[in-house]
Amino acid sequence: MFGLNAKDTRLLIIVAILTMLAPFILNPFPEGSAMAQFNAGYPDLMQRFVIFGIFAIGFNILFGLTGYLSFGHAAFLGVGSYAAIWMMKLLTMNVIPAIVMGVIVAGLFALVVGYISLRRSGIYFSILTLAFAQMSFALAYSVLTPITGGETGLQPKVLDPRILDGPLAEGATPKANLFGLTMSSSYEMQVGGWLFTFNVGYYIAAIVMLVAFYLAIRLFRSPFGMMLRAVKSNQQRMNYTGLNAKPYTLAAFVISGMYAGLAGGLLVAMDTQVGPERMFWTASGEVVLMTILGGAGTLIGPVLGAGAIKYMENILSKINSDILHTWFAFLPDGLEDLVVTLIYPFIGKGWHLTLGIIFMLVVIFLPGGLVEGGQRIAAWFRGRKAKGSDKDASGTTTEPAE
Amino acid sequence: MSKTDVSRRGVLKTSAVAGAGLAVPTIFTAQSAAAFTNEPTGSSVTLGFNVPQTGPYADEGADELRAYELAVEHLNGGGDGGMMNTFSSKALQGNGILGKKVEYVTGDTQTKSDAARASAKSMIEKDGAVMITGGSSSGVAVAVQALCQEAGVIFMAGLTHSNDTTGKDKKANGFRHFFNSYMSGAALAPILAANYGNDRKAYHLTADYNWGYTTEEAVRNSTEALGWDTVAAVKTPLTQTDFSSYIAPVLQSGADVLVLNHYGGNMVNSLTNAVQFGLRDKEVNGKNFEIVVPLYSRLMARGAGANVKGIFGSTNWHWSLPDAGTQAFVKSFGTKYGFPPSQAAHTCYVQALLYADAVERAGSFNPCAVGEALEGFQFDGMGNGPTLYRAADHQCFKDVLVVKGKENPTSEFDLLEIVEITPVSQVTYDASIFGGELGACNPGA
Repeated sequence: MFGLNAKDTRLLIIVAILTMLAPFILNPFPEGSAMAQFNAGYPDLMQRFVIFGIFAIGFNILFGLTGYLSFGHAAFLGVGSYAAIWMMKLLTMNVIPAIVMGVIVAGLFALVVGYISLRRSGIYFSILTLAFAQMSFALAYSVLTPITGGETGLQPKVLDPRILDGPLAEGATPKANLFGLTMSSSYEMQVGGWLFTFNVGYYIAAIVMLVAFYLAIRLFRSPFGMMLRAVKSNQQRMNYTGLNAKPYTLAAFVISGMYAGLAGGLLVAMDTQVGPERMFWTASGEVVLMTILGGAGTLIGPVLGAGAIKYMENILSKINSDILHTWFAFLPDGLEDLVVTLIYPFIGKGWHLTLGIIFMLVVIFLPGGLVEGGQRIAAWFRGRKAKGSDKDASGTTTEPAE
Repeated sequence: MSKTDVSRRGVLKTSAVAGAGLAVPTIFTAQSAAAFTNEPTGSSVTLGFNVPQTGPYADEGADELRAYELAVEHLNGGGDGGMMNTFSSKALQGNGILGKKVEYVTGDTQTKSDAARASAKSMIEKDGAVMITGGSSSGVAVAVQALCQEAGVIFMAGLTHSNDTTGKDKKANGFRHFFNSYMSGAALAPILAANYGNDRKAYHLTADYNWGYTTEEAVRNSTEALGWDTVAAVKTPLTQTDFSSYIAPVLQSGADVLVLNHYGGNMVNSLTNAVQFGLRDKEVNGKNFEIVVPLYSRLMARGAGANVKGIFGSTNWHWSLPDAGTQAFVKSFGTKYGFPPSQAAHTCYVQALLYADAVERAGSFNPCAVGEALEGFQFDGMGNGPTLYRAADHQCFKDVLVVKGKENPTSEFDLLEIVEITPVSQVTYDASIFGGELGACNPGA
């Protein structure tokens, strides 16, 4: 279907089912139970899962295929966000112009940055992109304050022009919408102790993510994608055969920047606010982590990595020592305090530590990322069933990062 | 590029799938029976404490969290009741809020507006928080305030000093107890003129972001009105740690006062550099060279050590104040944690109590009712003397403290001495001067 082979179609369908049923899958524990702390099925986090999934898919097109490690991708996310919020302030609160403009502006910016940065490769390329991103951050933070709102950022205001929208009702605030359907509206379904939330914004972001994922599969399987892989494996050899690699890498860079712009536009559509920290170098580093954690060069890896990191950032960081004490209240007092003291550095504000440890373990033991972990488990199960009758278990080979 | 076969069947199949996909969201429309967002229905009510636990303001955040935990304890009838005994409104009974036990969730703002909004959203959407409070920077306060306005919950700002929070970015659902740049300038200028004379030449070093701009503007306007001259105002990057290259030109400029519009680590470094350069021993235009720090905090004074001695600044509150409210709060905070609270802790504790009191008086958690109870509310006994929550911009008006680094500190907490308590009438301004629109309150749902 859709011009994909059977295996890719299966992957696309699985991803589609998972994203559509996410409100159920991410809320496995009933409301009010001790485990409800680990539920992730609320609109904001679900939106972040798919939006950062798009960001990571785009980054993977550049890094996973061509091997060019961009350390400044957050700049495109930020530029897309600023473009989107200006469309909302000036034109309309409808999300479509905002998202489209986010993609276009980020693409143009990527063209400029890519044209300059791609004159070098390897570490020099990484440093150039990092420099561009930090420059953009500094500009947004202070120099361009009239356009970017500086540290405070930008939000839609009641008094904005919004030339395509009708006047607001008295006392109403401007809300992001798709032809009148507001992004924040949700339908809540109560089933026994469980509460499932179906949010309009999430489903719109999820559909965009599926389209982006589909396009990425097509790109991976196309001759163009093959050319990008060739750049990664041996660029010199390509040059000697008379091929100019630059247009290919530049195209990959721009496409990847447009994906970042799409993610930035969607972030604004779901949560109408932009701040300059979105372009800070740590944000650029985060998408590198997501891609490597999930599995660079694989299709689904970056999405998994994005999900894992956002989950830790939003769920682990909210566990505080009081919650730990309630969990271990059944233990004798001294032991309870000991267990809490042992676990405490890894939760709450220590979630970075946990992330770091997981990242190290993955890079050392699973160089192909979480995807490789999944494949090893699958292979182990298949191996047990077949009892070594055939050795086809590793039919899907991973491509490690570098 | 890839080969594309467009068949009639393929087009039909694809468009059918796409159409079904587009139709999905239209099934879902907003619907809810509750009167407002996160109406508490059980025997408890959840508040969201959103403070920086990592990043440059983690110290302030940790102190804010301690203050909130203390406030929750007092609201639920534990401890010695702290400021609830001195608070002029007696609506709080020590049985929670409206008889519901107070519970809380915490989150990390990381001093980034994106992270702060994500954390606040998860409190609202997942944990059912009916009020969000905390924060230690204006950018975060403005971002979270706007989110709370959209979501239909009350936002009680923590430490935020920029004029914007209740100026051009004010929102009907947001309230600020802390003072602002304008008040700092208005309180500080007369003291500076009285101590240093009316014909001074000032040189400003300003942190290059919104708070720096509003502070510089406020101090400039109020000192120039008293006859001072501003020689130059130089912006310094927020990430700067070594200010030597910015200090050297100060001496050549002919200025005799240096104003450091810096906060946190910035201020600690710039002040240390300035003192190391021997600025304070210099004599320019026949006068002693002086340094001024518009916004002081105890945590910063501790970082700068002996360098703060004799330097003027302003602060929202200080634990050494003699009034009953301050003493009650310092006592219960000290008993629980073993050291006196910072001004960040004070403002957060007061905000939590003010919110709870407003709910009691309104008889409802509805943000619109709570907002109405807070607007124009006059109270006393919270450590700042008689205070007004102005209805026009949701800013508290109260006396401002002008402080000076102590010459002979007796402990690591006793670093500032109060020079003057500037009366509220001197720092009051017209609500419309910063622009912005309060809008209508939003109960959500």
